[in-house]
Amino acid sequence: MTTVQAETTIPTGVWRSDPVHSHAGFSVRHMVVATFRGSFADFDVTLANRDGAPSLYGAVRTESVQVADENLKGHLLSPEFFDSERFPEITFTSTGIRADGGQLVVDGELTIKGTTKPVEVRGHINGPAAHPAGGERLGIDLETQVDRTDFGLNWNAPMPRGGVAVENEVTLTIHLELAKEED
Amino acid sequence: MRVLGISGSLRRESHNTRLLRAAAELLPPPVGFELFEGLKGVPPYDEDDDGDLAPVGARRLREAIAAADAVLIATPEYNHSIPGQLKNALDWASRPFLENVLRNKPVAVIGASTGNYGAIWAQAEVRKVLSAIGARVVDAELPVGAAEQAFSGIRLADEVLHAGLAQILDELVAAVAERQPLAA
Repeated sequence: MTTVQAETTIPTGVWRSDPVHSHAGFSVRHMVVATFRGSFADFDVTLANRDGAPSLYGAVRTESVQVADENLKGHLLSPEFFDSERFPEITFTSTGIRADGGQLVVDGELTIKGTTKPVEVRGHINGPAAHPAGGERLGIDLETQVDRTDFGLNWNAPMPRGGVAVENEVTLTIHLELAKEED
Repeated sequence: MRVLGISGSLRRESHNTRLLRAAAELLPPPVGFELFEGLKGVPPYDEDDDGDLAPVGARRLREAIAAADAVLIATPEYNHSIPGQLKNALDWASRPFLENVLRNKPVAVIGASTGNYGAIWAQAEVRKVLSAIGARVVDAELPVGAAEQAFSGIRLADEVLHAGLAQILDELVAAVAERQPLAA
C-alpha cells in the first residue's frame, strides 16, 4: 500500500469506480443519541489524470437511496429531502487535488438538490494494485461533513424531551475501488 | 392544466368553499378548476377497508387528485388544528404511501376563519401533513380572518389578500411546470 505524497503521485490514466466493490454512504445523528446510516446503490466516479492534472467527478442517483424501511425511503425521495423527481442526481466535481501530510485532499463543488457548495473532502488513496483477472485497481476512501440545510434538506421534528429527530450535520463517506480503463 | 379545489368545510355556506371559488376566478387561462364535492362521502379511514375495493368515497377522492395537475386546499380551523374530515381525507389520499396520489403533486393551502387569525395554524398543520405525505407543498399561506366580511361578490375584498391569493396561485401553477427533472 502506498499513500499519495503529492498530486503528481496519483497514477496516470482514467479510473472508473467498480459498482460492486465501492460504497457511497451517509451518516447522521438520529434521535439525539444514535448514528443513522444510509447509502446509495447507484453511483459512479471517475478519476482522470492526464497531463499531470488529476480530476475527480462523481454522480449519485438519489432514487437509489438505500435504507431498511420503504416508507422511510419514500420520505427521503420526497420534496422534503432529496426531491428525486426534480433532482435525480447528486454530483461532485473536483477543483483541486492535493496531498496534506499523509492524506489525500480533494477540493470540489458538491451539488445536492440544485444547490452547489464548495467542500473539502479528505481521505486516502491506495495502490494501484494488479488485479488477478488483469488490469489495475486503485483504492480511494474519502469523507466530508456538510450541513444538510445548506442544500435545502430541512425536515426535522422536535423531540418531546428536547433535541431534534435528525441533526443537520451529515457525514458523507465514499469507498472506491477504481479500475483503470484501457488506454 | 387542472387544479382540484378541496374545501375542509362541509357546510353549504362555507367561507372556505367561497374562498376556493374566488381562487378559481384568479387562475390564469387555460388553467381549469374543479371543486371536489365529495368530502362528506369519504368514510373514516380504516385499513381493513382499504385496497382495490376501497370505499367509493375514498376512491373518488383519490381519482380526483390523481386526475388533477395540482391541488388547492382551503381549510377552516377547529380547535387550533385541521378539521377532522379534511385530515381523514388526506389520510385516505396518502395510501398506499409510496405510490400515493399526492406524492410529488403540487399543493397549496389557504384558509379562512371567522376569527382574526384566518386559520393560520390549521394551514401550517395541513402543510406539515402534506409534506409528510410527499406532496410538493407551496411554502406560503393565506390567512383570511373575519371571513364573514372578507368577500366582495366573488372576490376577496382586501386588496392585499386578493394579491396574496393570486401570488399563491402563480406559485402553484409554476410548481406544476417545474416538475420535470432539473440539472443536479
